[in-house]
Amino acid sequence: MQFPLLSFIVFTPMVAGILIFLIPADRKTEVRVAALAAGAVALAMSIVAFFGYDTAAGGYQYVERYTWLPSMGISYYVGIDGMNAPLVLLTGIVMFTGVLISWGIDDRPREFFGFLFILATGVFGVFVALDLFMLFFFYEIAVFPMYLLISIWGWKVTREYAAMKLTLYLFIGSLVALVGALAMYYTAGMGTFDMLALEKAGFSKAFQIIWFPFVFFGFAVLGGIFPFHNWSPDGHVAAPTAVSMFHAGVLMKLGAFAALRVGIMLLPEGAKFHMPWIILLTLVNVVYGAFIASVQTDFKYVIGFSSVSHMGLVSMGFATLDKAGMLGAGIQMFSHGVMTALFFAVVGMVYDQAHTRDIPHLGGFRKVMPLVSLAFIIGGLVSMGMPFFSGFIAEFPIFLGLWQADPAWLWSNYAWIAIIAAISIVITAAYIVRIIGKVFFGKLPGEFEGHIHDVNTLDKVALVFLSAILVIVGIFPRIMVPLVESGVDNILRLLGGA
Amino acid sequence: MEFILNNLLTLILFIPVLAAIVILILPHDQVTLIRWTSFILSLIPLGLSLILWFNFDPQGKGFQFEQVNEWYPALNSSYHVGVDGISLTMVLLTTLLTPLAILASFSIQERVKPYMVLFFLLEMGMLGVFMQLDLLLFFVFWEFGLVPMYFLINQWGSEKGEREIWKGRKIPARTYASFKFMIYTMAGSLGLLLAIQMLGAVAGTYDIPELVIRWNSLSHPVYGLPISTVKAIAFWAFTIAFALKVPIWPFHTWLPDAHTEAPTAGSMILAGVLLKLGAYGFLRLVLPLYPEQAKTYAGALAFLAVMAIIFGALASYAQDDFKRLVAYSSVNHMGFVVLGIAAAAYSAGSIDANIALNGAVLQMFNHGLSAAGMFFLVGVIYERTHTRNLSDFGGLFPLVPVYGGILIFTSMASLGLPGLNGFISEFLVVRGTWPVFTLFTTLSMIGLFFTGAYILKGIKQVLHGPLNVHWVGHISEINPREIFVMVPLMVLILLIGIWPSWILNVINNAVSMWF
Repeated sequence: MQFPLLSFIVFTPMVAGILIFLIPADRKTEVRVAALAAGAVALAMSIVAFFGYDTAAGGYQYVERYTWLPSMGISYYVGIDGMNAPLVLLTGIVMFTGVLISWGIDDRPREFFGFLFILATGVFGVFVALDLFMLFFFYEIAVFPMYLLISIWGWKVTREYAAMKLTLYLFIGSLVALVGALAMYYTAGMGTFDMLALEKAGFSKAFQIIWFPFVFFGFAVLGGIFPFHNWSPDGHVAAPTAVSMFHAGVLMKLGAFAALRVGIMLLPEGAKFHMPWIILLTLVNVVYGAFIASVQTDFKYVIGFSSVSHMGLVSMGFATLDKAGMLGAGIQMFSHGVMTALFFAVVGMVYDQAHTRDIPHLGGFRKVMPLVSLAFIIGGLVSMGMPFFSGFIAEFPIFLGLWQADPAWLWSNYAWIAIIAAISIVITAAYIVRIIGKVFFGKLPGEFEGHIHDVNTLDKVALVFLSAILVIVGIFPRIMVPLVESGVDNILRLLGGA
Repeated sequence: MEFILNNLLTLILFIPVLAAIVILILPHDQVTLIRWTSFILSLIPLGLSLILWFNFDPQGKGFQFEQVNEWYPALNSSYHVGVDGISLTMVLLTTLLTPLAILASFSIQERVKPYMVLFFLLEMGMLGVFMQLDLLLFFVFWEFGLVPMYFLINQWGSEKGEREIWKGRKIPARTYASFKFMIYTMAGSLGLLLAIQMLGAVAGTYDIPELVIRWNSLSHPVYGLPISTVKAIAFWAFTIAFALKVPIWPFHTWLPDAHTEAPTAGSMILAGVLLKLGAYGFLRLVLPLYPEQAKTYAGALAFLAVMAIIFGALASYAQDDFKRLVAYSSVNHMGFVVLGIAAAAYSAGSIDANIALNGAVLQMFNHGLSAAGMFFLVGVIYERTHTRNLSDFGGLFPLVPVYGGILIFTSMASLGLPGLNGFISEFLVVRGTWPVFTLFTTLSMIGLFFTGAYILKGIKQVLHGPLNVHWVGHISEINPREIFVMVPLMVLILLIGIWPSWILNVINNAVSMWF
């Protein structure tokens, strides 16, 4: 029997979390070391899974299947293809760096890492699930710890409000999606939640058109789609640094990915029917998100809204239903995940020293934390889609997809959407450049003189690691592109044609 | 040797990156070591470009030293480099000016290491634009060049000066200038980016030679619009992006700010090479991709170019700031490049077009030499006096005779004195343009007259007139390092002025081959 790699990836965090709970609460160093070890193991295994995937062979690999509840047709069924392999890697990366930069958490680190790891199990589970029931199962596991993490360790001013808002939003979303999933289960009449089987269920066109919005929007709420995005900036801001990294870096991809896997892949006809108007919502995401980000004065809100804008590009790429567009969306999920994790790490580091996130009050951090500034600049360049960074590699195909797409009805092409969406690039550049100029260059305010210090080595390791990934993918797109391309081909087969 | 010749362009392109990495490893307090290492490493691309120049076959057909590698197959984009006579002269200009600019930067005291790293990245970005024959990678390098330049202006720009933005709020002038530079150029390239995407989507390739063939053979409507309309829109998207970079009137307003605030070496590269990127874009992309549209709108382009020539000269004459004067002179001189290109677009295939284009390409090279020299000389005097205000100088010739001589020599090249390089290229442009756009050519003469006026004004205010006694004993003569920066520029200025055929041969072959 083959080594159950995916199960190890999924359950390592869970087991580690439980073990961490067994360590006495006052042995904080042991807790941290255990957490770091678990993070490193998960990262190493996700790297193995990513690079071990055989692109030439394609399809689902590392597949494992165990019957779980045969009477309902539920099984534990996992596997990765080109679409989710980068996301598994992303989760490993964010988990590892999240532990690194949370080293300084002194308030109940045992519980913090415990919950964080349960969350990680949920995330890994959703990404690799091939069974619809399992997907929901892990989805809820991922959402619930978020509530505790934000409301206990979050920013004191808004944490209860934000945690509540976030959880309720996502709850409602997943319920709506669940209704759609149950409709699929009963209509298919095959007595199975196996998604690969459901792909072949042959749902009627009317059925698909009716149920697609339920499933798609139910999950897309977590992907931050307009007008259901406004839990996300609040949630980002209230969460502690590592949780923000997880939240924006990985959790939002969970929504986009589930909307793809359950929505587009199981109900392709519905997708073709609805996407021409959904793309308008994503356009609002992209441009309006960038605009709102540009007028924020709270550093963390800027990044929060920039995530709304960038996740809009992911949904937009999927909405084109075009090969290039979906390829771009797949890469953008990875690129944005790493980039935004880097951003939130930097914001957290600045806040830890300055105890304020009000941009007009910050300045001159380059002098005390040069590496942090460099990391933010690299993240910023990714964010504005600068060539030689991963953002360009992802955004260019999304736009190309808009030019190539062939909408089923309503419009004859999306050329004008590409033109309007491109405005966001300049707005993003403007606010990123403004922040770089104000926060990192500029004058160090007198009250910070001597009170702020450079970050520690663990933080630096995390920043260098994240920045390096963004640059490497930007310069050598072929590390990731053929893989995602094979995943996209699979989706296109379901959509029929091409 | 075999290896070098086979990978020559790739080596020239990426050795600056290796150099940047080497500099990054050096300890940051060893300033002298960093400076000399940078200078010596920057000579390697220059040496390789000379090898390139002498191994280049001036009579050869098509692109030479081509190399193709996989880069982003999903988008049909590959790493495809190659040079013809036009890009070869630009590569030579870039690799020549970079060591000189680095030598000129020896006076930078603060954070030398990141400065040098950015400089090498800038060199890589510029070389990439000139070498790439893949439209997507062309854009990649085109856009990437912004980043180092932004930081060079923002961090090492002149420390004095403030700009009022609104409601009396003031920000440092270099912040203002760098932000304006960044946003202007990004907004300008937005249309270019969209048009490139559209071209790729329609033609299915980014390989420039292949794209030109496929794009020109399109006849069916795309995006619900007739192909001619689509081409006209794409033409203007390309044109505006390149016009911003050249810059031609009325897209030039970022330039005086950016030039004035940039550190000396930054201005040298900005005027010497970056402006050429825009003109190069016209030659490499606009003319081959949109011959009909270029012909239709050539008159408009020529009009803008003449405006740039006249207003550039007038604005230059009106400046009190020495560096701003030189900055506006770039608008004036680059106007001739665009005028030549517009005339060639209108009369494509004729002998006039050929002459005008020869003039335009040579003018690009010549302006690179003289503008870099002028900015450097402004920097030299600024370092000694800490002022750029022309009325603060006066009668300095007896105090700094060698500097004065060099300044007059370089100014004369800029003015277009026969025997120096500027004359040759401007004459060619005017000769080629005259039969095509007679009225515009005549009007451009007004600009040429004021060129003489502002150059003489600059010389007069700095060197002649009553001696400003304030400077006696406070100003030192130009030093050997600074003379060493100027010598290669002056030699080339004189050489091209007296015997232009060595470079015109190379340019002419490319121009006759493509247009």
